Amino acid sequence: MKISTDFIFKKACRLCAFAVPIFISAFFVQLAVSSSEAWKVFGLDFIVSGEWNPVSEKFGALNAIIGTLITTLIALSASLPLAFALALFIADAPEIMAKPLAHAIDLLASIPSVIYGMWGLFVICPIMQNIVQPFLIETLHFGKIPFFGTQGNGFGFLTAGLILAVMVLPYICAVMRDVFKMTPPMLREAAFGIGCTRFETAKDIVVKYGKRGILGGIFIGLGRALGETMAVLFVIGNFMGPPASLMGSGTTIASTIANNFAEADGLHKSALFALGLILLAMSLLIQAVSQYCLNKTDANSN
Amino acid sequence: MQNLKFKSLFFRKLKNGLFSIFSFFAVASSLFLIGWILFEIIKNGAGAISWEFLTNPSIPYGIPDAGISNAIIGTVLITFTAAAISIAPAMLAGIYLAEFGKNKKHAGAIRFGANVMMGIPSILVGLFIYMAVVVPSGNFSGLAGAIALAIIMFPIIMRTTEDMMAMVPNHLREASLALGMTKTRSTLGIVCRSAKNGLITGILLAIARVSGETAPLLFTALFCDDYIQNFFSQPTANMPVLIAEYATNSPFEEMHKSAWGASLIIILAILAINVSTRILLREKKNGH
Repeated sequence: MKISTDFIFKKACRLCAFAVPIFISAFFVQLAVSSSEAWKVFGLDFIVSGEWNPVSEKFGALNAIIGTLITTLIALSASLPLAFALALFIADAPEIMAKPLAHAIDLLASIPSVIYGMWGLFVICPIMQNIVQPFLIETLHFGKIPFFGTQGNGFGFLTAGLILAVMVLPYICAVMRDVFKMTPPMLREAAFGIGCTRFETAKDIVVKYGKRGILGGIFIGLGRALGETMAVLFVIGNFMGPPASLMGSGTTIASTIANNFAEADGLHKSALFALGLILLAMSLLIQAVSQYCLNKTDANSN
Repeated sequence: MQNLKFKSLFFRKLKNGLFSIFSFFAVASSLFLIGWILFEIIKNGAGAISWEFLTNPSIPYGIPDAGISNAIIGTVLITFTAAAISIAPAMLAGIYLAEFGKNKKHAGAIRFGANVMMGIPSILVGLFIYMAVVVPSGNFSGLAGAIALAIIMFPIIMRTTEDMMAMVPNHLREASLALGMTKTRSTLGIVCRSAKNGLITGILLAIARVSGETAPLLFTALFCDDYIQNFFSQPTANMPVLIAEYATNSPFEEMHKSAWGASLIIILAILAINVSTRILLREKKNGH
């Protein structure tokens, strides 16, 4: 075969495109190799053990995993209804209002996480400590709910979860917005025509039509919240013990890695890589599910 | 037929009204949040910014006239090196998906992979580069940070390149091929050229996105209280790590103020990039 520029160009493009699967597998292999020592010593107990003691070299991921799940859960339950209502509003609103609003919300996504962290540390934490937490505990008596906690110092799962909620809001909202816009106008007009209210149209037509897309958006937000490092690191308190309450300090996988990495070596570092591997597996799974959902909606709309 | 049972109009309207109120609440609260964050950054950051702040290097606490110029230079250098490493291969990969792999199965898989890769937490990229670059080379370096950011940029540029090239009408491709151009020239000279503004937008957005990334730089570029000695083999000062260090590891009011000042500068840079992309895209719309 004659070697032409076309041939070379095509091969070069193909080579670059295949960098993607190569990178993803390289992440996996690298983390697996670097964490092999921890897996060898602890086995699968690493995942179910809650002990984290650098002095006696006993490590377990359970507290970090639970902490990650708690913050993610708080973040999603706070931002989902907001993102949903926002996306519906933007999809419904006239162009002149919808566009600036959409841009403003996208702005939230472009603020770096370290700045969210600083905002959380210097602005939100004092407010949580002095106003929100006393209000929740003393006025609303939420302290009687198990696991809610009876005192707080501003740091902890609740604060981290709320800041994460602000951070994932634009991502979920952007996906939902696109999904809602894909509903054929005819369906909505028909619903209005038979006398449905706006809420009923949204609930029975738009949501039903874009179910998979909404699910995809939720999973995208989930993936973002799982791996967020700096913002959480600043406000979660970095307490390695078992999570005691929502108001209490704790840790997440990503913040454990960032917080311990500088002073770790040997088995300790290996355990951190093992945490990284767990986080990678979780986020790959979630991203894959979200992409699967979103791809399906594209196929349906064509 | 359960859905058809009679529902009181009053409750239907009430539900709708409550939902409308919640919608307005959502809009108002999100706008309030954006305003609040920007307000706090400006309020706390504006006081820190002065000519000395922008032109003096950072120094340990206690010495007057500390600045952040070394961090600004470091961030600019790291980000642009990352862009230089990443842009060409990422665009080629995007071209492959848009031009060569249209109906191929593996192209779909690669697109899927790129989307997944965009969602991988950046801290894991930092860990990867730490093991792949920092440990073998024996020291933290600005270059390692740049490579980490390049990997984060790769799928972003790749996907926007593909999307922008897919928007170029097919008859342009056909016309250029009919004139006897090779596929390469047609792709680079005609398709890329007509998608130019979109491609630049994608690159700028990727730069804006990584310019504030902190977690990967913690493990790669680290920080140092001086101008860059050697970009390829020494820790390099940069803004995000400076903010993280000053905000968490220092009890001094002065340093917190510097961190706010640095945040303000990052935010202004990101806003400037965002605005310029909007202008670029608008020009394109008017051009057609």
